[in-house]
Amino acid sequence: MLSALFFYLFATICVGAAFMVIAAKNPVHAVLFLILAFFNAAGLFVLLGAEFLAMILVVVYVGAVLVLFLFVVMMLDVDFAVLKAGFLKYLPVGATVGLLLLAELIFVVGAWLTAPEIAAQAPTPPPSDISNTEAIGLILYTRYVYLFEAAGLILLVAMIGAIVLTLHHKRDVRRQSVVAQVSRTREESVELVEVETGRGLQ
Amino acid sequence: MTVGLSHYLTLAAILFTLGIFGIFLNRKNVIVILMSIELMLLAVNINLVAFSAFHADLVGQIFAMIVLTVAAAEAAIGLAIVIVYFRNRGTIDVAEIDLLKG
Repeated sequence: MLSALFFYLFATICVGAAFMVIAAKNPVHAVLFLILAFFNAAGLFVLLGAEFLAMILVVVYVGAVLVLFLFVVMMLDVDFAVLKAGFLKYLPVGATVGLLLLAELIFVVGAWLTAPEIAAQAPTPPPSDISNTEAIGLILYTRYVYLFEAAGLILLVAMIGAIVLTLHHKRDVRRQSVVAQVSRTREESVELVEVETGRGLQ
Repeated sequence: MTVGLSHYLTLAAILFTLGIFGIFLNRKNVIVILMSIELMLLAVNINLVAFSAFHADLVGQIFAMIVLTVAAAEAAIGLAIVIVYFRNRGTIDVAEIDLLKG
């Protein structure tokens, strides 16, 4: 009973926040509503017993990715009112496509049945005597270790890609050239001059 | 009134639809389009975790973690492209992204 109450609470706030993400005039508000939606999704994950994913969602996703969104929105000096123009022009076609898709998805959910033998042969049932985090760790680092390493590789490539894309050198800044410094020879850098006494160097 | 699998699937369907709706509605603002994609990926994650919980199979949660990883990488690369584009053109209007004259 209580879990049903919390499900409806989290689901309502999540859908409302998701709607405000796409309807908000100010993109900073949109990012903040997206953070609210993710927090409520994390609450739903806790209700489903996936505590580890809930915490990952809050710490990694909200803490890193959505803050990155917020950072970019605040850094770009864009007149968002101009970008908002034509909002109503796309409303009819967007609403049509959206409602059609929603109706189809709801029909799929309504007409959908699980084969009864599926539940009996679940390949990795979560053990009941250990926590969710421990159970995930037990299979993530053994059976799915290649998937785990592939995820790490994806993050590495994304990191390198983002750095390569955004790193840019200013032209009028003088930089140290180690090659030029090291490859100097004595002949091209020192000149010995005979100076006559009392005349000085011309 | 017990909350079953279909409740979660309906919620995920609504979130996914809102994501698609957002892409149609904010066709000029590429940052809001990226946020709509995040919403759709969140809906996918809710589906995976709901199936995982109701069928007592942990693989769904592993998949959800992989989806989160890909979503984080996609957001980082997408925002980097947005910043580079803004540096070059001074706007992020999707309708004006026509440098390649395609």
